[in-house]
Amino acid sequence: MSRRLLFLLPLMTLALMAGFFAWSLLVGRDPAAIGSVMVGRPAPRLDLPALAPGEPPLSDAMLRTGKPVLVNFFASWCAPCLAEHPLFMRLKEREGATIIGVAWKNKRDDATQWLKRLGDPFRTAGLDLEGKTGLDWGLSGVPETYAIDGNGIVRLHFRGPITERDLNESLLPFLKGAK
Amino acid sequence: MIPEVGHFALILALCVALVQGTLPLLGAAQGDQRLMGLGRTAALTQAFLVILAFGALTQAYVTSDFSVANVVANSHSAKPLLYKISGVWGNHEGSMLLWALILALFGAAVALFGSTLPDSLQSRVLAVQGLIGLGFLAFLIFTSNPFERIAPAPPDGNGLNPLLQDPGLAFHPPLLYLGYVGFSVTYAFAIAALLEGRVDPAWARWVRPWTLAAWCFLTLGIALGSWWAYYILGWGGFWFWDPVENASLMPWLAGTALLHSAIVVEKRDALKSWTVLLAILAFSLSLLGTFLVRSGVLTSVHAFAQDPARGLFILAFLIAVTGGGLALYAWRAPSLQGGGLFQPISREGALILNNLLLCTLAATVLLGTLYPLFLDLLTGAKVSVGPPFFNATFVPICAPLFAALCVGPFLGWKRADLWPALMQLRLAFVVSAIAAIIAAIVVDSRSALAAIAFGFGVWLIVGSLVELAQRLKLGATPLAESLRRFKATPRASLGMTISHTALGFVVLGAVATGAWHSELIATVKTGETMSFAGYQVTLQRVESVQGPNYIAERATLAVTLDGRPYTTLQPERRLFVVQRRQVAETAIQTNLLRDFYATLGEGDATSGWVIRLYLNPLAPWIWLGAALCAFGGFVSLSDRRLRIGAPSRLRPATVR
Repeated sequence: MSRRLLFLLPLMTLALMAGFFAWSLLVGRDPAAIGSVMVGRPAPRLDLPALAPGEPPLSDAMLRTGKPVLVNFFASWCAPCLAEHPLFMRLKEREGATIIGVAWKNKRDDATQWLKRLGDPFRTAGLDLEGKTGLDWGLSGVPETYAIDGNGIVRLHFRGPITERDLNESLLPFLKGAK
Repeated sequence: MIPEVGHFALILALCVALVQGTLPLLGAAQGDQRLMGLGRTAALTQAFLVILAFGALTQAYVTSDFSVANVVANSHSAKPLLYKISGVWGNHEGSMLLWALILALFGAAVALFGSTLPDSLQSRVLAVQGLIGLGFLAFLIFTSNPFERIAPAPPDGNGLNPLLQDPGLAFHPPLLYLGYVGFSVTYAFAIAALLEGRVDPAWARWVRPWTLAAWCFLTLGIALGSWWAYYILGWGGFWFWDPVENASLMPWLAGTALLHSAIVVEKRDALKSWTVLLAILAFSLSLLGTFLVRSGVLTSVHAFAQDPARGLFILAFLIAVTGGGLALYAWRAPSLQGGGLFQPISREGALILNNLLLCTLAATVLLGTLYPLFLDLLTGAKVSVGPPFFNATFVPICAPLFAALCVGPFLGWKRADLWPALMQLRLAFVVSAIAAIIAAIVVDSRSALAAIAFGFGVWLIVGSLVELAQRLKLGATPLAESLRRFKATPRASLGMTISHTALGFVVLGAVATGAWHSELIATVKTGETMSFAGYQVTLQRVESVQGPNYIAERATLAVTLDGRPYTTLQPERRLFVVQRRQVAETAIQTNLLRDFYATLGEGDATSGWVIRLYLNPLAPWIWLGAALCAFGGFVSLSDRRLRIGAPSRLRPATVR
């Protein structure tokens, strides 16, 4: 009997593997997603000079106002940032969302010009010229977007440009749910 | 009109495959000659129809028929002819059609050249081939129709992925598929043998040439893919343990094990059920690779169709083929009677060790490839398994494999003594030990492991040549006698010596390139000079070049050695206009002992350009060695014994 079982072993291995494959296909898992350690934790420190001269600097208090906040890292040299820009404009104008921008490794004039040319979706924007705040936030590049709830806890983290689908499936439900 | 002909031919081929997959099976079970004969006719008809379909799609590509959706998505009128043709299989639908074409051609080959096979075995083999064909044709027609029309037809297409517009990659998929699909014949032979309840030396002799042919093509396909990654991706490496590379490596490892275990069945009538299992696994792993690449279950550089419906279809097909085969195996294999007995120290024993180690390697690769998927599903943790894992697991298992590889051929069948075999290899041992010591002292004193691995490469080469010299009694008899012995040596033995030696060259190239390359990344402006590994490299100019369907920046690097001009390198960065994608075109100057490798990165005239330079010692040996390895396989394939076909059956093993 045990000899028979030995000959069944390959089939059983296959059944196990096929189970995992079917599971993976049916849950519609995205293998390219890296995941984020930030989700579920308090937002990292935010202490940056404002992009526009004369405006107050960015601080942690802006993330703990009792209302949901989006934090978007961008740069004028980044093409995907250009791609997601209209979505942020729409979020601001139609949904009235509070969005804080961070110009990451970007010259002040370049970032300011970029916003002037395309439209400014941000309530306020900070300047992270050397990328140190980006390090604290676990940034892997620009653009990245963090959705933070009223208590200052990171709820969503998008690496790369947000898409129409992200907007409809997670960002809008988040903004509605957090209110 | 012509695309419709192709589509219709494909549907007819599906019907023919249905006939081929069922009636001959029935005929073989009932001993009906007419039904069995139908298998041959159906296989030839199916091949004709699929050739017709493939021709129709090729015609659409060559004439840039933009009323066909597939051509629009993957071609462009301004593309060179070679890439219009290779565009046929440079996409999901077309590559599946190529797969079906090669499958049908292999089926036709079994029908044409298998006349020495017993009728029942041949018809069962053809029927299994027909069933596999049925799966692929249904997949094509129902989920991935390459002939779908689009109306109105756009004026021009989207162009082929620029990374694929390369001569190396034009031939990489066909070779790879010849390998993958070739294993379908071995699989069909295994299933037919299980149905017949008979595995004997004659069976092994019929299976071996198909395995060998598939293995040779797969070797070439993998080597071409690796070479392409080396010169197009511009990272200086040649193997990245990407899931897709692993997907092709696993069937190769299983196929290599099969090649060796089939020898034991043929010569000694032993290891039967194991060999049958390997034949099933080699093809199953080929299908698994296809599934992993096409379903989007794993992430990889090959962004193929990421469609869950297609993924589910291939999964169902994988389960049917592999599960069906393994279930039949679990049912029938226990009753296969083993033949010859042997001692652990013997040729058989060495080949079993070879099989164990090769299968361990394949299992390691499988585990490393699928682990991120398992972990993600079970715990939600995201990990990536990369070179550190494979270097720590794969490489150590290679050591005993390589060590035993040279010893095996010195051992006799049934029983042998280890010591005399080792004594015959003392020259090889001394030479490789000296090579390792020299490597450790002269080249690199930091990495003892690299030096040892280098020694293993030398061991493979010298050990294999020593075996040939012993066989020819080189030096022990007059040269004329050695020459006579050389002529009398079976091609299969020569092939073995060539392939084993070639493996040594691959190891030397891989070790030297991996461990001892020099690398420099610098930002330079025109006129500036870099010092690199004893050479002076000056960026003379960067200019714009207009290609047929791209514009490029081309840098000219003058390399001097001791003040004398040495060579000029012209790496490019191409921007493909239609797809708006950039592709690096590396410049490589080789003298067959090392590659001088340069790539051009981002930059402009004011801040300078990023230039990467590599000096890769022995790099060309990796691919030349792999090509030589496949050549050895072809030499073995030309053996008289295999051409003449089926000698008398010996002691048929029967079902209890």
